[in-house]
Amino acid sequence: MIPAQFEYHRPETVAEALQLLQRLPDARLLAGGHSLLPMMKLRLATPAHLIDLGRIGDLRYIREEGAAVAIGALATHWMVESSPLVRQKAPVLAEAAGRIGDIQVRNLGTIGGSLAHADPAADYPAAVVALEAEIAAEGLGGRRTVKATEFFTGLFATALQPTEILVQITVPPLPARTGGAYLKFPHPASGFAVVGVAAVVTMDRQGRCERARIGITGVGPAAYRAAAVEEALAGAELDERTVAAAAQRAADGVEVNEDLFASADYRRNLVQVFTRRAVLAAAQRVT
Amino acid sequence: MAVTKLFGASVRRREDPRLVTGRATYTDDVRLPGLLHAVFVRSPHAHARIRRVDVSAARRVPGVAAVFTGADLAGKVNPLPCAWLVPNADLKTPPHPAIATDRVRYVGDAVAVVVAEDRGAARDAAALVQVDYEVLPAVVDAEKAAHPGAPQLHDDAPHNIAFRWKVSGGDVADAFARADRVIRQRVVNQRLIPNAMEPRAAVADYRASTGELTLWMTSQNPHIHRVILSGVLGVPEHRLRVIAPEVGGGFGSKIFVYPDEAVVAFCARELGRPVKWVEDRRENYLISAHGRDHITEVELAVRSDGTLLGLRGRTHANLGAYLSTAAPGVPTILHGLMLSGAYQLPAVDYEVVGVFTNTTPVDAYRGAGRPEATYIVERLMDLAAQELELDPLEIRRRNFIPPDRFPYATVTGLSYDSGDYAQALDTATRMLEYDRWRDEQRRARQQGRYLGIGASCYVEICGLGPSPVAGAVGFQGGLWGSAVVRVHPTGKVNVFIGEKPHGQGEETTFAQVVADELQVPIDDMQVIYGDTALTPMGWGTYGSRTTPVGSAACLLAARKIVDKARKIAAHLLEASEADIDYQDGRFFVRGSPERAKTFREVTLQAYLAWDLPKDVEPGLEASAFYDPPNFTYPFGTHLCVVEVDPETGQVQILRYVAVDDCGRVINPLIVDGQVHGGITQGLAQALQEAAVYDDRGQLLTGSMLDYAVPKAVHVPAYLTARTETPSPHHPLGVKGVGETGTIAATPAVVNAVMDALQPLGIRHLDMPLTPSRIWQAIQRAKGGTR
Repeated sequence: MIPAQFEYHRPETVAEALQLLQRLPDARLLAGGHSLLPMMKLRLATPAHLIDLGRIGDLRYIREEGAAVAIGALATHWMVESSPLVRQKAPVLAEAAGRIGDIQVRNLGTIGGSLAHADPAADYPAAVVALEAEIAAEGLGGRRTVKATEFFTGLFATALQPTEILVQITVPPLPARTGGAYLKFPHPASGFAVVGVAAVVTMDRQGRCERARIGITGVGPAAYRAAAVEEALAGAELDERTVAAAAQRAADGVEVNEDLFASADYRRNLVQVFTRRAVLAAAQRVT
Repeated sequence: MAVTKLFGASVRRREDPRLVTGRATYTDDVRLPGLLHAVFVRSPHAHARIRRVDVSAARRVPGVAAVFTGADLAGKVNPLPCAWLVPNADLKTPPHPAIATDRVRYVGDAVAVVVAEDRGAARDAAALVQVDYEVLPAVVDAEKAAHPGAPQLHDDAPHNIAFRWKVSGGDVADAFARADRVIRQRVVNQRLIPNAMEPRAAVADYRASTGELTLWMTSQNPHIHRVILSGVLGVPEHRLRVIAPEVGGGFGSKIFVYPDEAVVAFCARELGRPVKWVEDRRENYLISAHGRDHITEVELAVRSDGTLLGLRGRTHANLGAYLSTAAPGVPTILHGLMLSGAYQLPAVDYEVVGVFTNTTPVDAYRGAGRPEATYIVERLMDLAAQELELDPLEIRRRNFIPPDRFPYATVTGLSYDSGDYAQALDTATRMLEYDRWRDEQRRARQQGRYLGIGASCYVEICGLGPSPVAGAVGFQGGLWGSAVVRVHPTGKVNVFIGEKPHGQGEETTFAQVVADELQVPIDDMQVIYGDTALTPMGWGTYGSRTTPVGSAACLLAARKIVDKARKIAAHLLEASEADIDYQDGRFFVRGSPERAKTFREVTLQAYLAWDLPKDVEPGLEASAFYDPPNFTYPFGTHLCVVEVDPETGQVQILRYVAVDDCGRVINPLIVDGQVHGGITQGLAQALQEAAVYDDRGQLLTGSMLDYAVPKAVHVPAYLTARTETPSPHHPLGVKGVGETGTIAATPAVVNAVMDALQPLGIRHLDMPLTPSRIWQAIQRAKGGTR
């Protein structure tokens, strides 16, 4: 398990990192390393240059920006999981962070690294698409934001340009009468999500579902919003039967992943079951 | 029998402080001046002819000292022998070259080795070795491999059949003719990967001036490795020293003689510099022996009251591409002979067909043959109970060998030493509150919930030897234990043992045994093992043998010490030896306790030798070799309660009760640890572990991302207890406990899940009972369209 040779760079600022990224051919960013380094050790990834963002302290924060929560790309999973701010303002994100890997992984892995890597079975993507977070990318030309729902473009593919660095995740405030839940079926070996469902449910004053936002990971090539489920739930009473019927549509239009552990049929069933359970759990948590 | 405060005490493991503080020295920690590093080039194909190996580019990589191919080994590294030549089985032993020359037979088969100044350079150069392969069709399934027309692995093993072995006894035809019911089942015991925490490793250092070769390696049996590697390498035994430093688990996988260590030794000899090789985890999955992999067709003849009449069947045992060191003995002697289980079985007729396939060689993995046998028997007992509408515990009770029938001669030819199977079952039943759970199950079923209760009543054979039996069944070695007890002039004691604990805790338990016998504090005791230059010959740690054979050797050696010390004490006290008593570490004249010499005083005199009795030699040390008169047969009952989520197929273990009887217990803490670890591996086989190949022989579960090693979150709390039925033939009454949990747990869990699914009409599912497998079965049972 020895990686191929590479040159190691450790910039102190985002600007310095961007310049390296621009200048160096075949470079990869290191932001925790819990996906990249194993791939390098197996020589599935053989970058010529590794740009370690770990020393850029400016990217490691969680803070309020107006009514929103802003999370620096280098915030570790543990920071996200344990942050009182995240737990209060975006509990489903903290819940998803807490289900990643094990404590060692959560102490080193970062939210920016995970989102930019865009593993189809990662936990965060379900939460950020459900929360309608915005992802800020910085390049030498400046900074732009991408909606989380438009960020994941395919298998390990994102809207980031090769010369951009993901710098911040911004979670907008949740409306009143909203509850959230992240339910996950972890792969027994890898711990990744065979299916992960983040449900954010907002009720109206009559106790019906005003809006449901369902983010799903592990099922398709990239995390997605279960639009058909959301549609079926809008304006509905969230009783078991209604939710179950809506959840049947959790994988509508999705080419469902298949692997040794879970066939497409089985995974489709799981996402239906977990969507139902997640919506009901989220509804229970509405405050 | 030495019964004092240490025997039976939960003394904390003396090995743990260095292990948990990271101060232990493993093979990879051995660093020598001028050390080179080896990396192997391995076949990516399961079956291929090697047309050409081009190492020129690899040799040009800076830092590379040498690149060797199979041709370079000719006359210097002999093929690897198989050391369990099971008789009356027409066993074929095709050659197993350390590095392939003309043909590769599984993914991972070595084709070259690169030696360089550092591992990185060696790894880079290995990637540049060009091998021209002619890919051949592969076969990975034992049944398919035995079919006519299947790809052939070895010219001298037609139809890929390595052996056909039979066990028979009683009148099976009559049993089936008289049966009220016949239970038939096809049972697959899937292939497993052992996953020792420390992968394999070796460091070889050769001194040309003396011809001495020192080999540090991850070994469960350094003396066996020395004997066999001496032959493989042509290094005489007295100049070959094998040192197994700290070994981080093995579960069987570090018993065997693999190509890699031999090649590392060869490299060191050729290059005149020390060479290290450390297996990476991916290699570990591909080249270190796998376990299990049986396909069995079996039938059981029973009377309508549940009485067993006979068992017959056939197992295809997948041996992988070559015969690993002990491979033929595992599915035969350790499996076929155990098919009577804990029951009075009057007739058996069972064939085991050992088959070569294009897969990693298969050999002993924790339990080794006994889990497979227990799984078959215990599944059949449940199926019979279901068929006859008997309680699964009741059918077991009706067939148990009763306590007064021991020693019990099984129809397979073994002699069980002692047992009280009903007592263990009753204890477990009480601990679980079995009847309450049956009530709970009824209620749950009314609510559409799937609750199941599973039992496993096992008996296993361990404490291997005796040696004459080992010889009779083709094991190419003895199976006794050895110990040297050396008392130093200050009265401190070293105990040198021939076995090689690697997690089992004998550094503690043997200190307890010797300290008791010598009546000295345990702090005055250090147990030393793992170095062939220091320790007496011994056959190693596997088959739950170290405690039974080794503790007896320790005890006998310690007794010799006391006998000699008594002679010296009598002389010093000017009394007759017959009048000397030994108590609390003092020799004294019976009736005059003030006329005494302490153990320490006597020891000092033994070394000073100023005034010894005429026929007594100076010094105080003794050795003992203990060859047991019989195997030991631990047993017990494990009970498990599960709930299956019918929507997802997930299994939750609600209760797990383990009642084990391993004879007398030296250290309950360590026994509990062994049981816990064993159950964890056993239930992982039931629910989640499986090594899976595709049809081309690629290992699909090639890493811990895919192969589900059990984690803390996967296991429930274990409720453990013991009954204690001493082995009547063992001087301490102990039996061994290293494998019981693994043997017992698998069928207990599977039986529980099948019990849960019974209302759906699901009769049997093969392991691992993954959520998707269960869910699919439920869909089929419900007649769903999925």
